[in-house]
Amino acid sequence: MAEKKQFQKGKMVPVPSVSIIPERDLGKSPILECSHLGIDFGGLTAVNEFNITVGRTEIAGLIGPNGAGKTTVFNLLTKVYQPTRGTILLDGLDTHGKTPAQVNRMGIARTFQNIRLFSNLTVEDNVKIGLHNQEKYSMFSGILRLPKYWRQERAAHERALELLSIFDMQDLAGHQAGSLPYGAQRRLEIVRALATNPSLLLLDEPAAGMNPSETAELMENIVKIRDTFQIAIMLIEHDMSLVMGICEGICVLNFGQIIAKGTAEEIQSNPTVIEAYLGKQQ
Amino acid sequence: MSFLNNVITGVSLGSIYAIIALGYTMVYGIAKMLNFAHGDVIMVGAYVCFFVMSGAAGLSPQAAVLASVGAVLLAAVVCTALGIVIERLAYKPLRSAPSLAVLITAIGVSYLLQNSAQLLWGADTKTFRPIVEGSLVLIPGQLSISYVAVLSIVCCVVVMAALTAFTGGTKLGKAMRACSEDKAAAQLMGIDVNATISMTFAIGSALAALAGVLMCSAYPVLSPTTGSLPGIRAFTAAVFGGIGSVPGALLGGILLGVIETFAKAYISTDLSDAVVFAVLIIVLLVKPAGLMGRYVPEKV
Repeated sequence: MAEKKQFQKGKMVPVPSVSIIPERDLGKSPILECSHLGIDFGGLTAVNEFNITVGRTEIAGLIGPNGAGKTTVFNLLTKVYQPTRGTILLDGLDTHGKTPAQVNRMGIARTFQNIRLFSNLTVEDNVKIGLHNQEKYSMFSGILRLPKYWRQERAAHERALELLSIFDMQDLAGHQAGSLPYGAQRRLEIVRALATNPSLLLLDEPAAGMNPSETAELMENIVKIRDTFQIAIMLIEHDMSLVMGICEGICVLNFGQIIAKGTAEEIQSNPTVIEAYLGKQQ
Repeated sequence: MSFLNNVITGVSLGSIYAIIALGYTMVYGIAKMLNFAHGDVIMVGAYVCFFVMSGAAGLSPQAAVLASVGAVLLAAVVCTALGIVIERLAYKPLRSAPSLAVLITAIGVSYLLQNSAQLLWGADTKTFRPIVEGSLVLIPGQLSISYVAVLSIVCCVVVMAALTAFTGGTKLGKAMRACSEDKAAAQLMGIDVNATISMTFAIGSALAALAGVLMCSAYPVLSPTTGSLPGIRAFTAAVFGGIGSVPGALLGGILLGVIETFAKAYISTDLSDAVVFAVLIIVLLVKPAGLMGRYVPEKV
């Protein structure tokens, strides 16, 4: 065990103390700050010493070989797992001890690696579930259909269609979510997450299973979402053209440790990253 | 005419089963557990109503109406609180436990309620004073409907309409449907899953109280075990219609009530339960998910 740790330590490269925050976010406090974040499953350390900051309107990438702990980081941020060590500050507020629902209300929304829509519900209802915490009326006025209910439901309906229109999906509002084609289901997941009004959107392999033209469209849309909603986006992706194309800051994980942080150019020329992906040069 | 009478009796009995079955099916749909204590919540509701009605004996007709309404409301409030407490104390700690552990706990809660009732109110059978008396005569001497039967059918229709409006269109209803599909994903969309489950138990238990009052008004005997057999029959109705499905509970309940009444009238009173369960077995052989349930293959 001790030997292994030393071996990994030897592989570490100097990590810049402040992450790459885009110029437009300079001088503003970061939206997300993780320090010394880590989690153990029994004797296995899945993520360790995860330190990262993400700017208010930054698009950040989290990459690494399979099993590096990328999705585990998302699960830590959204409190699906409670961290063993370290702190997560969202907009300066500690998320310690919060439930996944509370963290969502604080401003973190996510999509899933394997699509988890409410597939028996309609597309519109999926989005409206994202709007759940923004609708405010009692059970009583809901059953009796009082004016307050109609006002709020109409507002929710309009908001849902508006959000769907980001991906040109407003015509699919009445369809059953599970019957949509794969790409549309992935896009709907993003819309549903956006509906919860996040300040940080986590996308878990948004381009998985998409063809190059769909991926190109998705890249445009991710940037468009950032510009329209002025939010930070953090994404896990294996498609390097997407990551290198739109991410302003990239963080590389291997065996649960950050092995490099930097801009796309810095990462592409980093020998440790190349080694982690391709193996040691003979 | 006796045929029509049997249909009416069957539908009104079925309406009560349907109201009880809704409690089973909603809890199953959201929490994925069989709440076998549901039948005993019915019994508690009936006892609460019994004590209010006994206290109100000898009042003027107007005051008696008021007492009846009050009795039903009080029973609903007590059962709602009881349902929430049971969920909080007995089921919530087992949220991530294997389903068998939850099932055994539910049976335990059922016995606890029965024995507590026996301890508190005695094991003797009490004569329940119906909340409404008399009957509506349609054809003198031949066809009449008791007001309790009318009330049962009306209650069932109102409850169904309200529940459909609730789960279909309101935000809490949508939260419930989201939880029934994927609790973890619902949680990450900001929905408080524990509160949603508590609310489901509250609604189911309030319906149990209503069913208890209606049932004891139609068949006015009350003992600590009053709830268990109707509970099992309503559970059968829920499975019959497709557990987890709200319209399925209605269909299953009504069909079960009609089949039971017809079996009693035309086959044999003693064999009525056997006939009911034989029909259930046949339906499940043909449609394993029940009449309106969807068969979801388990992913391995």
